[in-house]
Amino acid sequence: MRRLLIVPLVLVLLVCSAGGALACAGVFSPNGNVNLLRTTTLAGYADGVEHYVTSFTFAGGGAEFGSVIPLPGVPESVERGGDWTLQRLNREVNPVPEFAAAANVRTLARTDSAEVLLETTIDALDITILRGGGDEVGRWAKDNGFLLSPDAPEVLDFYAERSPIFMAARFDAAAARDRGQAIGEGTPIHLAIPTDNPWVPLRILGLGKQAVERIEADVFLLTERKPELLLPDRGLVLERSEQGSASLIADLRADKGMSWIPESGMWLSYLRVDSTAGDLTYDLAVDVKGEEPSRVDAGLARIGSLPAAPSAGIPLWALTAVALLVAAAGVAAGRGWSLRRAAQP
Amino acid sequence: MLLSRNRLSVVLALAGLVLVAAALRAAAGTVPVQPVEIKYSRFEPNFLRLEAGKAVTFEITNTDPIDHEFILGDRQVQERHETGTEPHHGEIPTEVTVPAGQTVRTTVTFDRPGRLLMACHLPGHYAYGMKAQVVVR
Repeated sequence: MRRLLIVPLVLVLLVCSAGGALACAGVFSPNGNVNLLRTTTLAGYADGVEHYVTSFTFAGGGAEFGSVIPLPGVPESVERGGDWTLQRLNREVNPVPEFAAAANVRTLARTDSAEVLLETTIDALDITILRGGGDEVGRWAKDNGFLLSPDAPEVLDFYAERSPIFMAARFDAAAARDRGQAIGEGTPIHLAIPTDNPWVPLRILGLGKQAVERIEADVFLLTERKPELLLPDRGLVLERSEQGSASLIADLRADKGMSWIPESGMWLSYLRVDSTAGDLTYDLAVDVKGEEPSRVDAGLARIGSLPAAPSAGIPLWALTAVALLVAAAGVAAGRGWSLRRAAQP
Repeated sequence: MLLSRNRLSVVLALAGLVLVAAALRAAAGTVPVQPVEIKYSRFEPNFLRLEAGKAVTFEITNTDPIDHEFILGDRQVQERHETGTEPHHGEIPTEVTVPAGQTVRTTVTFDRPGRLLMACHLPGHYAYGMKAQVVVR
């Protein structure tokens, strides 16, 4: 049985808002006819399940549009997300007076291939959940018409080393047109992913961007108690840390598919990403048990590179000393045996 | 018996000539191989020093899951390709497409010394830094 019952109830909410060309996923456009204006993502964590909601908003056009998002595990469900959750979270930290809203609208902005675990279609989005290494996922994306940016091989490996699960989302502009989907209209996607700790990919935001390009994003965490966060020296700032308001929780719970959010007692943390793509080389590691967040989860250390935890067994110096003694005894015995043999007639 | 000895001598002489000819031909056809690896959209090595007047075979291995180019030339050549529209290369030894996960060989003879670049001009690759220096002396 998983440790669902002992993990504190946590919600992790991520919203990336665009001040230009921000995205919350790796973005690959086959020919540039479809322009991403804004991609918004939310990751929630409750009872050992991460709820990942991301919204794709497009400017229209006549081509297909693809996006790849690393995931911490295999989703148990993929469905259409709620309609206002992402907007409500953004409004919580960026209140806009009604009279000013209209004027202040921001531009919304063969080795083997990967194993396909799940395929589904939500509105005009074709969703594929993949399992594979960076090369395999990259090859699958290439074989399926995604145009990968030159930094994609390294970034895919960066994520695949920790979790080989990815979500590829392809926006079919023709299908959107047939559905009457308006330009600028978002399609929210909600994934439920069982995992031991919540995790928010950030480095993927810089995929396909020049090193000097700025990345801005808003990250929201809602937890049962104040979470432990691994914050780098720069680029990711904790702006707010407080009890979540009752109105926020009530509004979120009222949205479609969001009843998994507890009714009360949630702690709100608001973090702001403001970095260049070249400096954004990490992810957000969160620990929900009050322990230090994992540097591996944050992408700051590789798996196996961290020093081993102190052992309660025999100390290393003692083992070394014993090994040296055994070796010395072996040499002495061998020498004695040689001398005896030489002395024999 | 004498006749047989003469025959044997002739056969041995002919065999020797064949071997010598083969050795000379092999020696004449030996072209040094310069391995070049492409990983994470970067060339390795990123600096090469080669000799003018001598052929060299570039063995380019693309370990990435995406296609790349191997365009060898001076800055004018690179600028032409950066703004060009050729989707694939392969006819010119210094302009080669290297598909994902594949190895391609191309033999080049530099007719004069100079400072060149090997680069990829697929969209965004050159700006990403996918270039390396080649000095021909």
